[in-house]
Amino acid sequence: MAKMFYEKKRGFKYAFIFLLPGLALLITFIIIPFLSAFYLSFTNQRLISRLPIRFIGLTNYKKLLDDDLFWKGLFNIFKFVIIVVPLQTAFALALALLVNKRIKFTKFFRTVYFMPTVTTMVVVAVIWTFLYNPEGFINLFLQKMSFGSWQPVDFIKNENWAFPAIMFMSIWQGVGFQMLIFLAGLQEIPVSLYEAATIDGANNWQKFRKITLPQLKNTTAFVIISTTILAFRLFDQVKVMTDGGPNAATYTVVLHIYNMGFKRQYIGYASALTVVFFLLVLAISVIQRFLLKEEREVS
Amino acid sequence: MPAEKSRKKLTLIDKSISYTLMILLAIFFLFPLIYMISTSLNPDELDILKRMGSIKAFIPSPASLKNYSDVFARMPFGRFIFNSVLIVSLTVLAGLLVNSMMAFGLARFTFKGRGLLVSIIVALMIIPFETIAVPLLLMTNKFGWLDSYHVQIIPFIANPFYIFLFYQFFISFPKALEEAALIDGASWFKIYWKIALPLSKPILASVAILHFLMQWGFFLWPLMVTRGPEYRPLPVAMQVFFGQYPRDWGDIMAFATMMTAPVLILFVVLQGQYVKSVSQTGIK
Repeated sequence: MAKMFYEKKRGFKYAFIFLLPGLALLITFIIIPFLSAFYLSFTNQRLISRLPIRFIGLTNYKKLLDDDLFWKGLFNIFKFVIIVVPLQTAFALALALLVNKRIKFTKFFRTVYFMPTVTTMVVVAVIWTFLYNPEGFINLFLQKMSFGSWQPVDFIKNENWAFPAIMFMSIWQGVGFQMLIFLAGLQEIPVSLYEAATIDGANNWQKFRKITLPQLKNTTAFVIISTTILAFRLFDQVKVMTDGGPNAATYTVVLHIYNMGFKRQYIGYASALTVVFFLLVLAISVIQRFLLKEEREVS
Repeated sequence: MPAEKSRKKLTLIDKSISYTLMILLAIFFLFPLIYMISTSLNPDELDILKRMGSIKAFIPSPASLKNYSDVFARMPFGRFIFNSVLIVSLTVLAGLLVNSMMAFGLARFTFKGRGLLVSIIVALMIIPFETIAVPLLLMTNKFGWLDSYHVQIIPFIANPFYIFLFYQFFISFPKALEEAALIDGASWFKIYWKIALPLSKPILASVAILHFLMQWGFFLWPLMVTRGPEYRPLPVAMQVFFGQYPRDWGDIMAFATMMTAPVLILFVVLQGQYVKSVSQTGIK
């Protein structure tokens, strides 16, 4: 009787009011803009224009194929992913293992390590621009470490150094976040596994290889995917530090979308860039999920 | 932590290696922040430039707050703080309400298309903001919303990821209390407000923290939709100030410190909660 009464009151009629605000906002500000990017990419839409909007078919996509800056941005992003993702993931895991030890003060160190992650990227970029100055602290440090053989460079203005400098800074800022995710993963590994291994006489390295790593598969997959997607979205630090320069050495796809869509107000063309960008993000996450899943099934 | 329980007590060598590593890493993560603070306290710009390549840059010896007052004198800094605080707090508060309501609607009711709706929410999580920025710019421009507070608030209230986090939480907690209340004649809204929400404090805190961090540092969108200082939030104000030559590093670092220190202190205080929030992003 009570159950029936309860069930009766669970229909859409009652749910509707709870769903309405969220649905309205999601549809207006995510779904419609997202879908209209596809539509706009086939038009010559400008931000402000008195001319009528025309359908121009695949013109924007053809233009994109010849757009050197787009390819440069894409190339840079892949470079960033290939270098930063493995380094940052490994570093984050190492940090997590370190602060997961049963010794005192690990909570304190954990807090210190995640402090950069709560610092706004624009601020981080500003501080590091100062540190990267030709007479700044990083050059001094490298000089001391190399017993004076290091020749000071202007990291931000040097074509070869600007992007690595941004990569290093990005790792400094972001690694603490991944560390916390690994830490959560580590704490879910059943102690009994380690106990059994100890009885079997396994050493620490064997335990790490045979227990910790396989147990962290899901966590690692998540960290790799989310770090890759963050790399694709690279914008803030580049905009503040180099604005894509010198000579497009730090140019990225999102910066290109910003320049085309906002600065030059080519909404149509920027939408085509956006569509390609989205398909890339989608493809990367599908491929990564697939690859990582395969691996999981094998082991 | 439990992972280590089975091991014998760490040897002294193990311990000292661990501590040495941890201290070196702490220095690595802290030195830019200390550098920021100590430079902000140095009133002499020439001295800042002279010191920037030496260890002395980390010691604020002639400490003064001159740079801080300069920042207030050179720009409407109070306004920027006000803008950021207003935008972020309204977005987060409205977000908590809207996202938890939607999740409640999905978790507590049975209707046709409910499963589909949940799948759509999950699918929406994959769309990065960058892919909707350009059409959203066109749309909000047509609405006549550019250069306002609401253009920085309304589109960012509903968020599929936070809806999903609330949804996971709601489906996992017992419904007995709610069923009893319903039989007693309570309305669904009362159940949501008086029972579900008070029991959801952990997830409310997690979502609030994640939403806060995202909005506080949000740069791309306000860069496109704010023209003058009137509605400009802190990150964009920082970038504009940073782009003015000659750069006054003392003032820049004072700005950076004022923008960062309150948040850092808040997160050091709330560190347990922050760790929990981040862990939750991992359960996907």
